[in-house]
Amino acid sequence: MTGHVTHATPSVERSERSATAETPLVRWLLIGVALAFLGLFLVVPLAAVFVEAFSKGAAAYFAAIREPMAMAAIRLTLIAAFSAVVLNTVFGLVAAWAIAKFDFIGKSVLITLIDLPFSVSPVVSGLIYVLLFGMQGLFGPWLVEHDIKIIFATPGIILATTFVTFPFVARELIPLMESQGHEEEEAAISLGASGWQTFWRVTLPNVKWGLLYGLILCNARAMGEFGAVSVVSGHVRGQTNTIPLHVEILYNEYQFAAAFAVASLLALLTLVTLGVKTLIEWKARQEATSPV
Amino acid sequence: MITKKTFRSLLILGAALSFGLPARAADEVKLLNVSYDPTRELYQEFNASFAKHWKEKTGQTVTVNQSHGGSGKQARAVIDGLQADVVTLALAYDVDALFQKAALIPQNWQSRLPHNSAPYTSTIVFLVRKGNPKGIKDWDDLAKPGVAVITPNPKTSGGARWNYLAAWGYALQKNGGDEAKAREFVTRLFKNVPVLDSGARGSTVTFVERGIGDVFISWENEALLVVNQLGKGGFEIVGPSVSILAEPPVTVVDKFAAKHGTRAVAQAYLEYLYTEVGQEIAAKNYYRPRLESVAAKHVKQFPTVKLFTIGEVFGGWQKAQQTHFADDGVFDQIYKP
Repeated sequence: MTGHVTHATPSVERSERSATAETPLVRWLLIGVALAFLGLFLVVPLAAVFVEAFSKGAAAYFAAIREPMAMAAIRLTLIAAFSAVVLNTVFGLVAAWAIAKFDFIGKSVLITLIDLPFSVSPVVSGLIYVLLFGMQGLFGPWLVEHDIKIIFATPGIILATTFVTFPFVARELIPLMESQGHEEEEAAISLGASGWQTFWRVTLPNVKWGLLYGLILCNARAMGEFGAVSVVSGHVRGQTNTIPLHVEILYNEYQFAAAFAVASLLALLTLVTLGVKTLIEWKARQEATSPV
Repeated sequence: MITKKTFRSLLILGAALSFGLPARAADEVKLLNVSYDPTRELYQEFNASFAKHWKEKTGQTVTVNQSHGGSGKQARAVIDGLQADVVTLALAYDVDALFQKAALIPQNWQSRLPHNSAPYTSTIVFLVRKGNPKGIKDWDDLAKPGVAVITPNPKTSGGARWNYLAAWGYALQKNGGDEAKAREFVTRLFKNVPVLDSGARGSTVTFVERGIGDVFISWENEALLVVNQLGKGGFEIVGPSVSILAEPPVTVVDKFAAKHGTRAVAQAYLEYLYTEVGQEIAAKNYYRPRLESVAAKHVKQFPTVKLFTIGEVFGGWQKAQQTHFADDGVFDQIYKP
């Protein structure tokens, strides 16, 4: 997202030439190693998912995805990911805005806290919610009394998903907003704009590509989350299984083709994410270089 | 071929299942059966049969939802609020926990249904690769050097606790009740275990699909499933000289059933397990039926193994659990990964 350097000074150019003047052998070797590594660790597994998924033919593939339990899992995953994305967008914007545009006591503590979900194991983050909302937990008795289900139901899955994807949007926005400073906002306000107007017309348009980028990452992680969701799910088929959990169940029931068929949805998501990400980066660069 | 219309109705069904339609008709009822790992196929078939039976009898449509995992883990989930109407777990201790830790069921739960509330039984046998390349015949062979043994983790898996106790019981019998020798034997056996999965099904996948290990100490029903269906031709069952009679118990979870108003149907669900139809389905899924008439028909599919009960050798589950599987119990002392 940085503006790219187009011209180097002549002196740098000379040193650049000598830096890349390796023998063709070394160059091809390095490129070959990088490509082999990528192929082995990224392309082969991805291809294997699809090969395995279609091992019993296209009919079996689509049957596995249309099966009611799979549809329920897909539905739940979409609900959980959508909720997490909405919640984290609101939170991420607010937090990034507060951190980047204002100075206050405890700012560094807030930044550390935002990063917390990255450093906590997902299983532990799931257990936190069991300890809080489980029947033996802190709020458990009260929840049971009022017949509110959180753990082993959709709200718990949304909570766990939101927690593990917490930092994505905020982390993307904070450096961007910080680098932009607050001159434009100050100008808007001195010209008579209200707080909301400043936000909608100045701040948001400035960060929209960064925000989108954060959303995409948040969404991808939310849909693929396994550990935290596994702890709070209860594994009831058709009710509290997300796509990753459904894949595990199918795999454990020796339905390998079906397991990989459903897993291929997540693999497709990866490809879509990659595509959208590239598009956003390209758009943002285009906007940055084109005169406004 | 699935038409667009059925696809759409499947979608709607999926949506209904995932949300539990609030405006549920009175002639529809839902049960949640929280079960242990290898019963997936058994209850899939049994649930369909029960739904048919219940519809004929009462006109009510019953949907039974399933959750499977390691027995101890599943009990823990119910204690933490997974609202099961019935539990069908691997051993009585895990069901006891529902009374002790959360008072979800009465203390005398095990006497509410026949045969200690265990409608079917099983035992622990060995699954080996075709041709039995390591020549496994009895428990002693599992403790020999160079034999890789697969078993799940006794801390989380019910089946694994039966495995462990079966080995211990064998060593006791062989050594005239010498506890120290039994301990030494089981220690040697667990030295041969390269990986502990959290549930029986995970271990089956490790042994059958990932090809790890020479012998898999397994539920008899799981071993028969592998030999007859999953890995046909690739595996053999070896029945040890003695093993343990495993009694996986079932019970209504009173507190949740009362809350859902499902007490009657939950009770009928479990009782149906004891009927000839239920027993036949159990036998078909390689569980040993209790009903003599059904047992006689299927006697050939089970290896003949001399069986002892946990009561005879260990004085019941509470005692066995305290001695062997509690924190810092015997298992923790002898198993150092």
